[in-house]
Amino acid sequence: MSDASGSTIDLEKWEIVVGLEVHAELSTRTKLFSSAINQFGGEPNTNIDPLTLGLPGSLPVLNEQAVELAIRVGLALNCAVRPSEFSRKNYFYPDLPKDYQISQFDRPIDAEGHLELPDGSVIGVERAHLEEDTGKSTHVGGGGRIHDAGHSTIDYNRAGVPLLEIVGKPDIRSADQAKAYVSELRAILIAVGASDGKMEEGSMRVDCNVSVRARGASELGTRCEVKNVNSLRSLGRAIEYEAARQVDLISAGEDVQQQTRHWNEDEGRTHKLRSKEEADDYRFFPDPDLVEVDPGEEWIDRVRAAMPVLPAARRHRLAEASGVDLAKTAIVVERGLDELCLAAIRAGADPVRTLTHAEHNLSGGRSSNLDPDGFASLVGMETGGELTATQAKQVLAEMVSSGDSPADIAQARGFEAMDNSELEGIVDELVAANPDEWQRFIEGDSKVMGFFVGQVMKATRGQADGKVVTKLLNSRR
Amino acid sequence: MSDRLPKSPDNAKSPNNDGGANQRISADDVAKVANLSRLTLDADELDLFTHQLADILDHARDIEALDLEGVEPMARPLPLVNVFRADEPGEPLDRAEVLAAAPSVENNQFRVPPSLGER
Amino acid sequence: MTSNPGAHLTAIDIAASVRSGERTAGDVLEEHLERIASSDAEIHAFNHVMVDEARHCAQAVDTAVKAGEDPGPLAGVPVALKDNMCTRAVPTTCSSRILQGWKPPYDATVVQRLGMAGAVVIGKTNMDEFAMGSSTENSAFGPTRNPWDTSCVPGGSSGGSAAAVAAGFVPISLGSDTGGSIRQPAALCGVVGVKPTYGAVSRFGLIAFASSLDQIGPFANTVADAALVLEAIAGHDPADSTSIREPFAELFPHLDDGVSGTRIGLITEMMGEGIDADVAARTREAADALEAAGATVQEVSIPAVNYGLSAYYLVAPAEASSNLARYDGVRYGNRVEGNTTDEMMFATRTEGFGDEVKRRIMLGAYALSAGYYDAFYGKALKVRTLIRADFQVAYEKFDVLLSPTSPSTAFPLGDKTADPMAMYLNDVCTIPTNLAGHPAISVPFGTGDDGLSIGVQVLAPPQGEQQMFTAAAVLESAAPGGAR
Ligand SMILES: [Mg+2]
Ligand SMILES: [Zn+2]
Repeated sequence: MSDASGSTIDLEKWEIVVGLEVHAELSTRTKLFSSAINQFGGEPNTNIDPLTLGLPGSLPVLNEQAVELAIRVGLALNCAVRPSEFSRKNYFYPDLPKDYQISQFDRPIDAEGHLELPDGSVIGVERAHLEEDTGKSTHVGGGGRIHDAGHSTIDYNRAGVPLLEIVGKPDIRSADQAKAYVSELRAILIAVGASDGKMEEGSMRVDCNVSVRARGASELGTRCEVKNVNSLRSLGRAIEYEAARQVDLISAGEDVQQQTRHWNEDEGRTHKLRSKEEADDYRFFPDPDLVEVDPGEEWIDRVRAAMPVLPAARRHRLAEASGVDLAKTAIVVERGLDELCLAAIRAGADPVRTLTHAEHNLSGGRSSNLDPDGFASLVGMETGGELTATQAKQVLAEMVSSGDSPADIAQARGFEAMDNSELEGIVDELVAANPDEWQRFIEGDSKVMGFFVGQVMKATRGQADGKVVTKLLNSRR
Repeated sequence: MSDRLPKSPDNAKSPNNDGGANQRISADDVAKVANLSRLTLDADELDLFTHQLADILDHARDIEALDLEGVEPMARPLPLVNVFRADEPGEPLDRAEVLAAAPSVENNQFRVPPSLGER
Repeated sequence: MTSNPGAHLTAIDIAASVRSGERTAGDVLEEHLERIASSDAEIHAFNHVMVDEARHCAQAVDTAVKAGEDPGPLAGVPVALKDNMCTRAVPTTCSSRILQGWKPPYDATVVQRLGMAGAVVIGKTNMDEFAMGSSTENSAFGPTRNPWDTSCVPGGSSGGSAAAVAAGFVPISLGSDTGGSIRQPAALCGVVGVKPTYGAVSRFGLIAFASSLDQIGPFANTVADAALVLEAIAGHDPADSTSIREPFAELFPHLDDGVSGTRIGLITEMMGEGIDADVAARTREAADALEAAGATVQEVSIPAVNYGLSAYYLVAPAEASSNLARYDGVRYGNRVEGNTTDEMMFATRTEGFGDEVKRRIMLGAYALSAGYYDAFYGKALKVRTLIRADFQVAYEKFDVLLSPTSPSTAFPLGDKTADPMAMYLNDVCTIPTNLAGHPAISVPFGTGDDGLSIGVQVLAPPQGEQQMFTAAAVLESAAPGGAR
């Protein structure tokens, strides 16, 4: 078999098709079916109760808040929120305390939705369903010899933590789009308070179904499910590796086998876990210990009424208000600066300058001292020529840290608009002091322009407007 | 039921058999379910269990005579919906008491032999 | 029929005398411990007698009485529990090797409620392993014997709890009933046994066999005692999602209401083929007695019950195959070591489970497996719907229904162990109510040609326990030999 690592796909000939399954841990206080605490970390086996350990006689009782969060996510993903039912997925595994997982099978709570990415593309969501997490196994020892295989230890603190499994449609066409999808989903989960979205703590785990097909083909190729993708970076790498592997196989005249594969981050490759034929027979059946869940219109309406404005809507709102491209609003919305920008624009600030500052000169969270009116007057000073771009950036930084008004900061720093006669005088002195350079400038050596601008800036301690200086120098050529 | 969805991808399990109750359970079938159930059967046991399970399933064949078209399945006896608990922590179990009842323990965790393969 | 081998005071009498200070819970307990010590070696009703815990508990009851407090309606009454109900720090085994020696870190809801009612839990009783069986011969710790004739089985799977009451070891005990596991042994041991409406008694802490069928209920020597304990343990429990939210019926005020005007249906399908003639005869006499007491009795056909056994032997094993997966040697119970986790799990389960348990696990896994679900499990669930619907039609015309409890009297040990199907037929009259989720009670009504006890069953619609108990009380007083 060919080793695809390093090979890149000819995207003129091939199309990558990706569908993602994202498991998100829900931010409840307690577990999905019991009152043990839902908390990352902690002393092993302390967040335990009879159900968490699958003790004989234990019974599940559904956490209402988990349902509430599933409804929020469902609405945020434009899904239908439906009557649902829990089933048992039966398989033996030591970190699965009951040796079955309680999960929604053919009646998930959320179905048939979609989400919109910053570039405007829309990815379908097939379903989102509630299920319980497993415990955590740690492999111990082994010493590398086969007959000394070591052993494992199991901590059940995570067992029973509520998960929402969000199954996306195979609408994704590139590794970058897959990353954008996960980022968007993460932003939505955080926005509705459903999950903290911490991939590094396993709060969001991604399985990717990858297939390839000849560009223009309408049928999907055979897919492989890649597991153990733990960061956005690995997601991109894993998809690219897996797609290249499949293209290599097909190019060599072989078939892609439907498999579950494991992403090895260190080796940068996937390897086979099991084939379709080796898949378990999970023997799903309705869990008789639980009853049906039917949120009903009233509950769903209540959740809908309390929904925050979601990232996609915020991007559209900002694009409309500012007149910039939808794609350019993404970072501002991601940093949570869109409300500020919208208010500043309403207060009369130039939209493009406002967004430029938000994108380049502000970071999320650290802008709490900044009020929209102050922001608007800063932008106004800049567009009115009272401040240069460089000065505006400095004033903005101080506004964020001190909360003072832009006028006070500009005055304290001695930033005042220079009149042109003052600049003319400085340029006269520079021309006299540097005759050789001036001669070269006159003869058309544009590189010397930078020298003169720099000298003017030095002489004015940065208070001159670069654009004005350039104009002045050119007028003397 | 109208609100049932097609199985989710990892759940999808196309029935590999359309014979259903028409076929008699074979020793192969019994070996397969023994494996699914983590039970080891020797040859005599496999033979005995195959006959016994076949007898029981033969008896169950009488339900094939029933017209069950359109009959809703009854997975639970009570027509309850929306039974919830509040998202409030309860008393955890005593870890020492729980670990004392475990077959093998290491560092306050449950110890097992190596697991080959992962999920 | 000789006199009850363990004839003694009723729970009502004991509680009254302890509450009034006439007797101490400690004295009551010691009397019962003595009976167990002298006779249980022969009967083997108990897996474990909780001598120290029970003495401690009795002492607390007596202290409360002395302090002028009321310990509750079951004050000082010794109670035995089927060994599938979790008792904190006390061995709970389901009569299985796989759980031998396991001590739960928590109490079942029924155990908590018995404690709050002042009862003294005295021990854990023998059963068919994981409640799978109808003779208590499937116990890993040896069979229980019928106190009336120790060469015979006590029925099952709650055979230990039935025998404990019949032998006079305790006035009341608890069992669990998945397909008849309280009512059938009650019939075979000549005691009263009740399967309440599904959801009436919390299953929290009851080790599951088949979750949609399991229900805890009492054994007692009298209908009134059964009512006393049922009222103490029934009622909503937030720890069980399938628990009924409405308050449980008041039984006591209606025990003497009588059956005048009550419409009673005798189930045709349970009076013919497969039912021993003497059992059918006693059941007709029971119907006559009810008629004599003012009820109207008519035969009624409930056609779908003919398919109960088939549906049950798909549904119950399917649920069991999943419920019993957790016995994997990882977290609790007994482990047989292996080189890998998988090997350990295979070895643990292969050595830990008996044949009947293995049979049902495999049957259930088969009924749920890919390609067979619709043909077996899915169909069985639809049959449940038909059974419930047919009962519903009958309950439009009748207040309660009547049938034999078990097709025969107690049979000799070993008689049916080689033929699973023959054993399963024991539950043909009891299974339909489990599938429907309805209540039923078995009341002793005379004896068979062999001199052994016969029980008749009163069935009622969901949450119809009040009328069911009223009818049972009438049957009890009309039973040959009179009320006991
Ligand atoms: Mg999945
Ligand atoms: Zn999942």
